[in-house]
Amino acid sequence: MTTAAAKVERLGQDLGRAGRYLAQSLRLMVGLPDYDAYLSHMEATHPDQPAMSYEQFFRERLEARYGSRVGRCC
Amino acid sequence: MLNIRRHLPWLAVAVLGAFALATVALGRGEAVSALWIVVAGVSVYLIAYRYYSLFLAYRVLGLDEKRQTPAWRHNDGLDYVPTNRYVLYGHHFAAIAGAGPLVGPVLAAQMGYLPGLLWILAGVVFAGAVQDFVVLFISTRRDGRSLGDLIKQEMGPVPGVIALFGAFMIMIIILAVLALIVVKALANSPWGTFTVAATIPVALFMGVYLRWIRPGRIGEVSLIGFVLLMLAIFGGQWVHESPALAPLFTFDGKALTWMLIGYGFVASVLPVWLLLAPRDYLSTFLKIGTIVALAIGILIVAPDLQMPRFTQFAQGNGPVWAGSLFPFLFITIACGAVSGFHALIASGTTPKMLENETHARFIGYGGMLAESFVAVMALVAASVIQPGVYFAMNSPAALVGSTPEAVAATLSTWGFVITPDVLIQTAKDVGENTILARAGGAPTLAVGMAHILHQVIGGKAMMAFWYHFAILFEALFILTAVDAGTRAGRFMLQDLLGTFVPALKRTESLPANLIATGLCVAAWGYFLYQGVVDPLGGINTLWPLFGISNQMLAAVALLLGTVVLFKMKKDRYAWTTIVPAAWLLACTLTAGWLKIFSADAKVGFLAHAAKFSDALAQGQLLAPAKTPEAMARIIFNDRLDAVLCGLFMFVVLSVLVYSVKASLAARAAGRPTTSEVPFQPLPLGAKA
Repeated sequence: MTTAAAKVERLGQDLGRAGRYLAQSLRLMVGLPDYDAYLSHMEATHPDQPAMSYEQFFRERLEARYGSRVGRCC
Repeated sequence: MLNIRRHLPWLAVAVLGAFALATVALGRGEAVSALWIVVAGVSVYLIAYRYYSLFLAYRVLGLDEKRQTPAWRHNDGLDYVPTNRYVLYGHHFAAIAGAGPLVGPVLAAQMGYLPGLLWILAGVVFAGAVQDFVVLFISTRRDGRSLGDLIKQEMGPVPGVIALFGAFMIMIIILAVLALIVVKALANSPWGTFTVAATIPVALFMGVYLRWIRPGRIGEVSLIGFVLLMLAIFGGQWVHESPALAPLFTFDGKALTWMLIGYGFVASVLPVWLLLAPRDYLSTFLKIGTIVALAIGILIVAPDLQMPRFTQFAQGNGPVWAGSLFPFLFITIACGAVSGFHALIASGTTPKMLENETHARFIGYGGMLAESFVAVMALVAASVIQPGVYFAMNSPAALVGSTPEAVAATLSTWGFVITPDVLIQTAKDVGENTILARAGGAPTLAVGMAHILHQVIGGKAMMAFWYHFAILFEALFILTAVDAGTRAGRFMLQDLLGTFVPALKRTESLPANLIATGLCVAAWGYFLYQGVVDPLGGINTLWPLFGISNQMLAAVALLLGTVVLFKMKKDRYAWTTIVPAAWLLACTLTAGWLKIFSADAKVGFLAHAAKFSDALAQGQLLAPAKTPEAMARIIFNDRLDAVLCGLFMFVVLSVLVYSVKASLAARAAGRPTTSEVPFQPLPLGAKA
């Protein structure tokens, strides 16, 4: 019983992770990297600097993506 | 024993693939299911990935799982982020897959489905995927530098500048040919024109929503946008059927051209959040969704192939594009087999996010395999419709006539028996006034997709919906590419002109912006207009120029790979890039030479110019020119195209010379002479 429950739980975790990856990948396709990864990076390496809010982060990435000199693929 | 057992499943895949290929290539007379093409393709991809990319990864390039990648070294949570490989694969695929793999195979189907299929498969395994993988590797080992910088670094500043200039010219041609595809699809199509026009207010609304109402909620706004787009398709049907509204959205090619030029100018000076970004979201998600839907559709419907394996046009003289199988097939299908533009992506954002160097194999090589699969699906879509319909859609009116009766009569003499009723009925089925002379790939692909998808969802009544869905999906990401490409071209141009007039370099100055944007739009607009008024359909002129330039960029990237392999002292494996580079050089230089000098006026620019100037000298007018001025313009355009073609050949030949010099120098050196960032180990806790 417990093993079955554990299996279901693990399956749920796997599906949850797959879903998170899919969402991350879709966001990255339009040039938006993972905000949580950015936050943890800032916390780990620049605790002295304020991190951007999600809205600022979103705007910053938007300008970076479309300000680049590489065109879109054919 | 254990060793052999490990390979047994792969042997099974290889046998299955060989059987599928044999069925596709050798069957006698009976109908072949498109599933065999899919099985053959997927088997080839699996074997190539399992064996050849493994060989490239560890024997040739020597990927090192312990080596630090730029994502770790420069981690800033923004550009440089160690990213899960599956997440990054999606990003990379979305960045490389565009209209190219959808259009080239459709155009190549005029020779039958087999030549195109074989080139797509062989090309991707030995050239396209190798190029993407090698460039991704090279850039990753050099802090994610761009292709231009890499060439500068490894071969010297002169070839670097030459390659950058080549990239700019390619961009102009790509924009012109992409815009031409949209014009061809929307000409005299009120439904399509309304739907595509409606994407502009939809995108503006999304932009405002994302900026002011719910900042940064991409998923939510994309869902709303998607619903609005579907409504726009139904709205298009309403417009198409309304006698009052239909004329308001019915335009000929010339009018659409001017609108696109104006649109390109305005769109690329607007702030990005207002129009470009939201439409980019829509087009990206729609692209991925449609590709998946098409794959599922082909699997469920398993349509039979109607196109013969070979048509008589495999000998040359085809109505869609002129020229013989070698070299022109190999430049007609660029993306999907090998695409030089990918070298810019593989040295762009992707190398800055690789979590581990070993992932370059999955993302570089594997990503290109996925794009190749898209090309195979496009080929399937073009081959499951009746050949008569295919040729009616893709042959210029100057060759086959402009009424259904005339077209049907001409095609029947070619052996593609079709009645005028079928042509009229097909147009009616997809909600169009006519399907004749719609070269450019998008409409044919849309008919093929509608043919497949209406059998999954909706039945016959939904066929017109699916057709316009497919048109919308292509037009949407082509318009995004036009917008983004004009912007990128403007920056390149400002850099270029800035060396002479420093004031033009300031990207924040409005006059400088407007001047550079105007020049950029004028450049691609010129070629677009020339293509639209071309009696042979424009595709016949512009697509080979695009193919030649794109394949030449691929050759340049593979030459860079060769130089780096020699510098790494991997001389014995340098054939992995030399062979595809040599093949591409042979194809593109032959094609370039023929496009300039062929005596056949359908192929050679100069022969065509001579034909018109001879006629002009004798006071005659040749169609479509109605005045001597129009004749003179055609002659000028032919010569311009010839010069452009020569320019591309000059670019690739000079890079060849520099790469041979660099390779010889590297061979003469007694030790590796690469300019990689020195080895640093991955930080503790970083996964392999």
